[in-house]
This record gives sequence, structure tokens and C-alpha cells, in this order.
Amino acid sequence: MKRKDIKKILLLGAGPIVIGQGCEFDYSGVQAVKVLKREGYQVILVNSNPATVMTDAFKRNKEEADKVYIEPLLPEYVEKIIEKERPDALLPTLGGQTALNLAMELARSGVLEKYKVEMIGADDKAIDRAEDRDLFKKAMQELDLDMPKSGCAHDLEEVKAVAKEIGTWPLIIRPAFTLGGTGGGIAHDEKELLEIAGAGLDASLKSEVLIEESLIGWKEYEMEVMRDKAGNAVIVCSIENLDPMGVHTGDSITVAPAITLTDREYQAMRDDSIRVLEKIGIATGGSNVQWAVDPRNGRRVIIEMNPRVSRSSALASKATGFPIAKIAALLAVGYTLDELRNDITEKTPACFEPALDYCVVKIPRFTFEKFPGAETKLGTQMHSVGEVMAIGKTFKQAYLKAVRSLEAPLAYHDEETFDPWFKNELKELKAFREFLSTFTLDTIPTDVLLQAKVMGFSDKEIAHELKAEEADIRAKRKALTIHPVFGAVDTCAGEFEAKTPYYYSYYSFEKQQEQPIKKTKKRIMVLGGGPNRIGQGIEFDWCCCHAAFALKEKGFEVIMQNSNPETVSTDYDTSDKLYFEPLTFEDVMEVYEKENCDGIIVQYGGQTPLNLAARLKAAGATIVGTTPEDIALAEDRDFFKQLVSDVGMKQPVSGIAHSVKDAAKIAEEIGYPVLVRPSFVLGGRGMAIVSNAKELDRYVGEAVAASEGNSILIDKFLENAVELDVDCISDGEAVVIGAILEHVEAAGCHSGDAAAITPPVSLKPQVISEIRRYAEIFAKRLRVVGLMNLQLAVKNDELWMIEVNPRASRTVPFVSKAIGVPLAGYAALCMVGYKLKDLGFTEEKAPKCYCVKEAVFPFIKFKGAAIDLTPEMRSTGEVMAIGSDPMEAYYKSQQAAGSPLPKSGKIFVSLKDEDKLDAIPLVQKLVDMGFFIYATLGTSTCLWNHGIKSTGVYRVSKGRPNAIDYIREREIGWVVNTSESGMEPADDHFRIRAEAVAAGVPVTTTIDGLRYAVSALERELGEADIPVRNL
Amino acid sequence: MNAPTEFIEKWRSMRERKAFLALEDGTVFHGVSFGSPNDRVGEVVFNTGMCGYQEILTDPSYAGQFVTLTTAEVGNYGVNREDRESRSLFLNGLVIGDLTAPSNYRSTSSLIDYLKKNKIPGIWGVDTRSLTLHLREYGNKKAYLHVEDKPLKVEEAIMKAKAWEGLDGQDYAAKVTSKDSYNFSDAGHDAPLVVCYDFGVKTNILRQLSAFANVTVVPAKTSADEIIAMKPDGIFLSNGPADPAALPYAVKNIKLLLGLAPIMGICLGHQLLALSLGAETGRLKFGHHGCNHPVKNLKTGKVEITSQNHNFAVKLESVPKIMEVTHINLNDQTIEGLRHKKLPAFSVQYHPESCPGPHDSRYLFAEFKKMIMGK
Repeated sequence: MKRKDIKKILLLGAGPIVIGQGCEFDYSGVQAVKVLKREGYQVILVNSNPATVMTDAFKRNKEEADKVYIEPLLPEYVEKIIEKERPDALLPTLGGQTALNLAMELARSGVLEKYKVEMIGADDKAIDRAEDRDLFKKAMQELDLDMPKSGCAHDLEEVKAVAKEIGTWPLIIRPAFTLGGTGGGIAHDEKELLEIAGAGLDASLKSEVLIEESLIGWKEYEMEVMRDKAGNAVIVCSIENLDPMGVHTGDSITVAPAITLTDREYQAMRDDSIRVLEKIGIATGGSNVQWAVDPRNGRRVIIEMNPRVSRSSALASKATGFPIAKIAALLAVGYTLDELRNDITEKTPACFEPALDYCVVKIPRFTFEKFPGAETKLGTQMHSVGEVMAIGKTFKQAYLKAVRSLEAPLAYHDEETFDPWFKNELKELKAFREFLSTFTLDTIPTDVLLQAKVMGFSDKEIAHELKAEEADIRAKRKALTIHPVFGAVDTCAGEFEAKTPYYYSYYSFEKQQEQPIKKTKKRIMVLGGGPNRIGQGIEFDWCCCHAAFALKEKGFEVIMQNSNPETVSTDYDTSDKLYFEPLTFEDVMEVYEKENCDGIIVQYGGQTPLNLAARLKAAGATIVGTTPEDIALAEDRDFFKQLVSDVGMKQPVSGIAHSVKDAAKIAEEIGYPVLVRPSFVLGGRGMAIVSNAKELDRYVGEAVAASEGNSILIDKFLENAVELDVDCISDGEAVVIGAILEHVEAAGCHSGDAAAITPPVSLKPQVISEIRRYAEIFAKRLRVVGLMNLQLAVKNDELWMIEVNPRASRTVPFVSKAIGVPLAGYAALCMVGYKLKDLGFTEEKAPKCYCVKEAVFPFIKFKGAAIDLTPEMRSTGEVMAIGSDPMEAYYKSQQAAGSPLPKSGKIFVSLKDEDKLDAIPLVQKLVDMGFFIYATLGTSTCLWNHGIKSTGVYRVSKGRPNAIDYIREREIGWVVNTSESGMEPADDHFRIRAEAVAAGVPVTTTIDGLRYAVSALERELGEADIPVRNL
Repeated sequence: MNAPTEFIEKWRSMRERKAFLALEDGTVFHGVSFGSPNDRVGEVVFNTGMCGYQEILTDPSYAGQFVTLTTAEVGNYGVNREDRESRSLFLNGLVIGDLTAPSNYRSTSSLIDYLKKNKIPGIWGVDTRSLTLHLREYGNKKAYLHVEDKPLKVEEAIMKAKAWEGLDGQDYAAKVTSKDSYNFSDAGHDAPLVVCYDFGVKTNILRQLSAFANVTVVPAKTSADEIIAMKPDGIFLSNGPADPAALPYAVKNIKLLLGLAPIMGICLGHQLLALSLGAETGRLKFGHHGCNHPVKNLKTGKVEITSQNHNFAVKLESVPKIMEVTHINLNDQTIEGLRHKKLPAFSVQYHPESCPGPHDSRYLFAEFKKMIMGK
């Protein structure tokens, strides 16, 4: 039964999106908030990530937390919130490892006890048993479970001793208490062992690594388990990895349900998984247990268990229809599984094990191309930034759908290491392609075409084999009335009727009876963004969700289509109907036509749906909002250039090159430095600033590769300009600005990577009114209905146009939170005919406080890649910080982003020549605050000349002690390095930054960043107490 | 043509879809023949378990039935020597979606060869979801499975399905029971003797019993006198196929045996125990067949995830006062367990021996043991 002794629950989110902790924790948090509210609890939410639906505070249907704190996920802040709110309970199991670690810190430091806050869902002892290697091992030994031979080490001497005792190579190194396996690896000899273990000891919050016998090549399985306080336990899903042990589960292709286990083996794994939860002491909630099986003899060993909702839980929820996070939240407040209902059937209880009559395949999405120089071999450290999931009636269907959902070539996985079952399936698919290629469009028999569809091939793939056009296959298919069947994800393999409309498509040889769809409301389809990737992530999913919320509220029926299992948009609760399908032209049109939709929103899912817009329209779909033609016009350089000059706005001189030779000529004419970029890409892929002909040669080559044959744009680069992001909304008549964001870093750093602040701090009023004027002009000229994002630069109080994107931008959720208006929802309503006037949003709203957005980078995961801010976006996530003045907000944002500015200690400073003069007063201030300065000889001399004392250190290549030595010895607590680093790993700056990132030392790479940091330190050092504020 | 011939042949048969399953109501599902190429009639049921096809194939309770497996992939881990649940295969045919090649270290044979060797027909490539939804909507159906090479008109197959007498009122236990009694195990001199009525017993029940007892298996029609003469310490009523109402001889024997020794029944054995105490049984619309049914133990309040396989059930309103309901199915509130209020006799509708399915309910065998030991 529900607990009545607790009224107020504190829920911790997962913070910014990083590799290993993606938007799946927004999905779990949203479920928890919703269901706890429904149960009558007061929910206090803390999360630093503004792009999450869970941090919404728009008074939406009581589905939001009572109080939302967008504050750093750090003990000191959470303690303040606890002090202010006095919650009865803390639920730490739905916010990933971040929330779990934070809760543990609060428990250990006595904060929870002090304020009488009870940890629910999992207690600190259970968390410790699961997370602490020694305790876990001991518990598993008591259960008599087989484990890999292993040992824990806390320093390099212990590392050697453990390795000797195990006695075999290679060895696996895993640090304890980290995210996504940071710092882990496989060592084949002692040299590698010491290197990897050293990094692992650093990455571990407890300076602890586990060294174990290699199980490389063993089969890997995961069991998703739910358990309630009465001891009832169910397996929600079994998952089998295609990539065997040795590849991080997050980087593996996986399939559900498990394929190569007999019932005997499966049930034994099931029994043991449940026993593990009991032993660890997981009283309530969801956990996953990972197993490895030797394919030669079936020996099964336990790998680990997560005492919380995880990435796999999100996948398992989407794969089965069983809402793990929601149920986990209900169990945490005292319910038992048999008291809860299965949402999907509405009749049967939640205490059951989902039966799948389909196959689910997950494929991770990588972005190694963003980190040149980084090793691309998959290993025990997770590298993927997103994933796709696909559902098919067979493995082959699901696999092919997942591959085409990926929107990138399938690479990095070594098929040779897959179990023979999967190899055989892939072999058959390959053979069938060859078989198809023996036909042409005219000779292919109907039954072969149908068979290709049943096998899972897309029209495009079939067309490729037949050397025909996709449109030909589509036309032929339609003429033959070959269409997919839509199966329900119903948790019970058809045994009971599904009440929740959650579907996937499959082709069947069997002619299906047409089931006419009853339609009573206007039906709008929303296309999601597909797999998360750098440049297209949770922000776009947030927009899609808000389109659904707003349209549903106004009585529309919303059809959501997406292929990303981590998202809130693919929760069956978000829209009226969910299609878990690839976002290709073919897959979208089949749903659109089947549902007989009245309109489709393509401007919210990032580039993925935008790329389909023109074809969808041509095929008869009604695109609501800004037309695809107008969206394309904004990308058309010539048109846009003309438009900008027509309205009398300044723009950087630019040109378009179609070849390398072209590019050199244009760049010469414009004058270096120039900004080169391919058109039609998101996240600044292939974008760079080049300052001479030699660099140009190299970068243009990359730009061509990134743009898939489109043209390359060359712009004059505006040095030292202030860059702005402006998000606005238009209903076709009125235009209202959401917010103007001023970047902290100067133009040249990708807007997604730059820190930004709103309201702007350095703009003169006349500049702001100019911005308003131009926003209206562009919205009207481009006939924008919906959202529009302007990227502008200000230099000497003059406004320059950089680009206009008539679609949802990455900053929309941040802006919405800053001003308290759900822009994406309003814009969606504009698209279907509402006026801003009707919505009561006719005037720009000033944020109540200063809001800073700061980016979070995955450099630590990409050993060997350059660490600097460039026009190419490389951040995976962002945080928001709110302060009563800009500096308070900035200071907080640095803490929230995980690189808090030190308040004292030693700073290493290395400046490029043009920054030196600007930097002198800043460094002087730091010295005045009591910092010690270490500097390279050049910088040191310059400082000396201005009367600032510093300790000179050698250049890395010149001698020792140098900066790297000091970083390793933890002498230096902050690296300020504004020198441009080349791409060559031998480069000094490159190595210094890499070492600092690896050591967790904050790095400031721009003079603007330094300026903010110094002001923030000035502002805050005197004050011990920074207030917390709810939205 | 570069594709290997094995695939070419497979794909051709997939397109031709010569085999079919014709239901008595005229609905027809096409697919590809595999296993033994002999046409059969039977009743179609669906099972939602995601693994355990070898155990299902060898479960005598499926005698007379075509079993549709709803799970996406079948054949995936082959078959082996250990996972058999009886001496043979008793179902009438197997109906599946995708049929794939095996990969598992214990696999000794492919599913195709296993069916061929045991003369069981199969049909794959069937849209099992459509078939399942049909059965859910209209109930289990009599059907004709056509897998032979020589062509057959669909109408003729439907006629044959209609003409078949079906399972209701049929004594299938007599068809699958052991001809002679035998000792399954020897747990030693001191161990109690459990006599097990074989109405179609699954081997894992015998394995569970022999953990604490000497188990002697006797044919379904063994008289009560013969049992009494064996001086059993416990009597076990096994699972089995078809209709409990067709086994009056068993009901009569159980009546005579009640109170002489502790009795435990599973599935058909459960229904027979209930009948012998005056309860009635009836048909469920499409039965329970799978490994995920939640059953609540009313005494402890704990929920067990159970393995189930039955089309008939004890009617709630018919349960005599002398019996108490100990377990219920949380999906549809049907009776899953009964206990005699005075005598040492209890039974469950589901399969605590699992194979296939979860092991949550093994404690029932321990309870039986306790009953015997405490006697």
C-alpha cells in the first residue's frame, strides 16, 4: 500500500547529457514526476539540465514537479534545497549514476540524517553493496555465483599484485564509482596495465579499480529486474548483446529478447538475477544484472548490477511496453507489484513478465568523426552518444530497421565476434541482397518484392539492388497494395487487448483485413529527431514533446514517430499514438497515410525530419508551419545573401565553392581568416576557421566529405565579435522574441559549445531594438510560422547577420525555462492556426534572473583528440544556472558543468600573443585574490614585464618540470590556455589540455572565458552562500 | 546467382507458402512445411513463452493440439538431450513465425530434424500474431494442418477440421500414459514412496518428487486398490492433456484414495482432484499457455510468475465448502490452487515444476514433502 507518512519527495535528475548518461534519465524522471504527482505527493525536483521535460515548470496539467530547481547537482546546493524544502524522502534511483552518487554523498555527510530525509527506492547500504567492488564480490560469493577472477586495487603497487595473482592476460580494468566505464580498458601487458589502471584510479571517486580475468569474446546478457517490498520479483526483459564481452554494453548492438539461451539456461539466469537483487538488498525498484556466458561450455559469471534505473531500463521499457521508471517510483512509495495495473492492457496487473512476439534491436550511434585522432576501436569504455531501437516481427526486420534508423553507416562493430546465430542471419540478408540484384524493376516478380519487404528491406535498399529509384519501388509497391501491418507493443504477445496505442510496422505475406481507423479529431503527426548525436539531441526531443503536449491540450490527436528509445517522445504517454519506427521517407509516409493525418510537424526533430520535408510534401503530406521551401530558402546562400542585403543588414563577405580550387580563390578574395562550412549540416560538422591557404586545403577536403556533395560556404571570419543567439516565434503575422542569448566566447566557437547568457549583458539598447526589428523582418520575409533562430554577431555596436534557421533550435528549451514560456508548444499551436494573440503571448518576456547556459564536453572519453572550442560542435550536453547577477550565474554554471573554478591554488597560464595584453589585468586580479601563477616562459616574461610574478615552467617538449608534470602531481588546479592548438598530438597545448581533462582539472581556452571566470570569482569569493532558486 | 543454394531453396518455399493451417471457421493461415510432411487435425492453441520450445514439444499435455508459438524466433538454440519432458513428442503439430538455425553449446540437433525424426509436422512463416489475435477473439479452434506435398483444396481442409471430434469429452490421458508402471528413481530405503498417476506426466515433476522420494509411476487407469496395495506415502496426480471430464475412472479412484495418503495434483491432476470432491470444470476461451502468468498465493500474499498450460479450469462457483482456494490468477481471477480443508490434499492449476518457465513455485513440492513427512 501507498505510504502516507511521506508527503514531499525530493527527486534528483541526472544533470547534463554526457556519454554514458543520456536523455533516458529525463524519460525516467518524467515518468516518476507524473506518477508521484498523480498519487498526491509533492515533488521537489533538482536537475541542472534545462533541456529536460522533467524540469518543466509551465503549470501543465499537474504533470510537473511542484518545485523545480535548476541548480548544480552538487551536495552543497542540494543541501540548501533540502534545508529550504524539508522533503520527507529522497528518491535517488531515477537520475542515473549522478543522482546515486550525489545521494550517497548526502547520506555519508549526514545531511539526510540531519534533515530527517529518508532515502527511498534503495538505501545507502544496498547501493554500497552493489557499487563497491569488494562488497559486491563478497555478496556474490555468498550466493555461490561464479565470478571472473579479480581483485581490487587502490594504487599501482596493488595493481601489480592483483595482476600477478590472476596470472593471465589480457586483464580488464574497471574503475569503481564512475559513469559509462570512464577510465576502464583492456590491458595486454604490464605497461598497458599501469597506464589504464592509473587513469582509472584517477577517474574513480574512490580511487579504486577492479582488475579481472578477461572474458573477451564471451556472450553478454542483461536482465532487467523489478522487485517490490513484499519480495515479488519479475524480469521485465532479457537482452542479448551481439558484440561480445570486451565491448561496453552501451556500445554494443543488442537484441531483446535473448536469442541463444534455452529455457533451462534462461531460467537459471532469471533465478540468479532475482537472488542478486535480494542479496544486495534492493527492496524496491528496477535494477539490471549483467551476465557473461562462455559460448564453449555455458559457464556463466556475473559481471555487475546497477541498483537503479539505467540506460538498459529505458530500452527495456520501450522494448516491452513495461514502464520501469514509473513502476519503480510507485514501488518506492510503498506499493507492491500486484497492486499496480499494467497500463497497456488496463486489466492485468503489473506483476507479470512481458511476453514479446517481436524482436527488438538496438544499435548505438557514434561520433568518432568529431574527434579526429581518437581511437575508434570499441572497448570497455563507452563512446556512443546515442542509440536507435527498432522493432520487427523477426530479427532480420528489426535489424534492418535499426540500421536504417541510424542515419549513418553501420561501422565499428566486428561481425566476426558475433554469435554464429547472428552471423548466419546477417549472411542470409547479404545473400538476399545479391539475389535481389539479379532482378530489375521490370523483372522482379511480385512475390520476390513482397519477400524483400517481409525480410525487412526498405524501398531504398531494394531500389539500390535493382538499380532503380526508390520512387519506382514505392510506386510498384503501392500499385500491388503491398503495405506494412502495424503490430502493437502490448506486453503480452497478443494474449490480451492493448489499450495503449504503441505500434511498430512489419510486412507479412498474409493479406491483412483492412481495419479502418476511426477518426474524431484533427490528427497531427510529429516527427522526432532519431538517434541522439552531437548537435541533435535532447533539446529537439523536448520540442517534439511540447508540440504533443500543446496540441493534445487543444484537442488534436497527436501521432508521434521516432526511433530513439532514450527519449520522452517515445513514451507511450506523451502523444496519443506512438509509432516506434525509423524516420525515413518510406516509414513516415506509411504511418502518415495509414493514420490519415491532417498535418505533420517537421521543424522540431532537428535535421532528420527537415531532410524529409520536401519529399513528404511532394508525396502529399501537409507540412504545417513554415513551408519546406521557405526553410530551404534560408539555407540557400544566394537567396539569403540577397535577402540580408535587401533588408540593409551587414553580413560577412562570403562565397560559395564547389571545388577545392574554387575555395582557395574565394578565400583569397575575401581575405583570411575565413570560416568554411558545408551547407545542410547540423552541429557545425566540418566547420572551421582557417587562416591560410595551407589550412584551407586540408579543411575543405573535410567539408566536402561532411556535406555529401553539397556546396561549401566560405565566410569572412569576424574576429573578436560578440555572438548572439536569438530565438523567436511567429504565427505568420506577429513575431515575438523568446530571448536574446549573448555568448561568452567570441564568434568562431560553435553556438552549441559556447556558454551563453540571457538577458544579454553587453548590448546597448539600440542594438537590442535593432535585433527586434530584424527578427520581425526575417520572420516575415521567410514566412515563418513556428520557431526561428537567428545567429548574429555584434562588433563595435554594429549588428552582423550570420544565419537564420527557421526551425526549432537547440536553445529553445533553455530560453523557455529562462522566460517561463513553453515556446515549442506555442509555436506548434501557431503551426496549426493559432495566433500568438490567442495564446496570450504578444510581448517579449524578460527573464526574472540571469540565466547562463554552459556546454559539457566528452573529451575525457576520446583519448587522443584535440581539446579546444572550434566552429565544430562537440559538446554532448548543457547545464543551466540561474543567478541574481551574471557572475553568480556564470560561477554556478561552471560548477554545474563539472569544472568548478578553484577558489585558491595554482593556475597554469599560457596565452597566445594577441590575448596577452587583454589578459594582464585579469591575471593581476587572480594574483590579488591569492592565486599563484605558473606560466610558460613567453607568458611569464610578458607578465613579469607588467609587474606580475609567476613561476616559469618549461615547454613540454623542452624540458622538465613542465605543465604536464604539475598537472599529474595535482600541483595545478586550473589551466588557462588560450593558444590555438594545432591538430597534431605532439603539440604542447594539445597535450597540456588533454592531461588537464584527464586529470579533471578545469581548462579555460578563451580569453572571454577567462574574463567571465575572473569576474565570477571576484563576485563570489567574498560570499560563502550562493542562494538556490526554483523556477 | 551468388546466393548459396540452401537460401535459394528456403526463399522459394517461403514465397510458395504451400502449407497451410485451415481453421474450422474458415480462416486460413499459410506458411512453409517443415518437420514431418504428414497432414493432421487438431486444436490450435497459442503459447506466449519466449523460450522452451523443446519442453513444449515433449509435454504430453499438448496431445491433440497444434501449438502456436508467439515468440519471434524459433529453432534458435536447437534441441538437446537434457531438455526433454517425456519419452516422446505428443503434440499434433507446431506453428511458428520465423524458423532459424541453432546456436547453443548444448544443441545436438536442429528443430527441423527433431520434428522429422519424431514424425511431427510443422509450419513456419505463419503470421502468428494474426493467428493469435484470431484465437483470442474467437477462442481455440479445431484445425487441419496441411503440410504434405500433394495439393489439397482449402475447402476440403476446412471440412476436415469441422468434421474432427475435437478434444472436449475426449480421454487423451489414456493415449499418452505409460503402458506399465515403473520406478523413476531410487532415493534410498528411508525415503518415502510417492506413487504418481501418469495422465501425461512431465519428467520434471518426477525429478522434483524424486528429490525426496522414491517415485513409482503408474498408468492412468491403475485402480485405487492397486495403489493402496503399494502402500504409498504420497500420491501424485500428474498433468495431462484434454478434458478432465472425460476421466471418470480417475475421479473414482481419487475419491477412494483421499485421506489414505497426502495427495498433490498439478494441472489435469488438479482438475481431477476438484472433480472428485464435487467441483465442476469448464473450458476457458483460449486457455492459459505461457510462462508469465501472475498467480497470487492467498496465504502469503506473494505473487509467483508461473508456467501455465491448460484449456480447462475449475469453476469458482462449483468449489465445495470442504475445499479452500489457495491461489488465484491475477490476470483473470481464475482458480489456480485448491486445498482440502481437512485432509492432506492440495493441487495447483499451473506448473510449479516449470520446464519451461520460472521456478518461483518450486516450494509446493517442499510442502508436499512436509505433508508426507509429517504424516
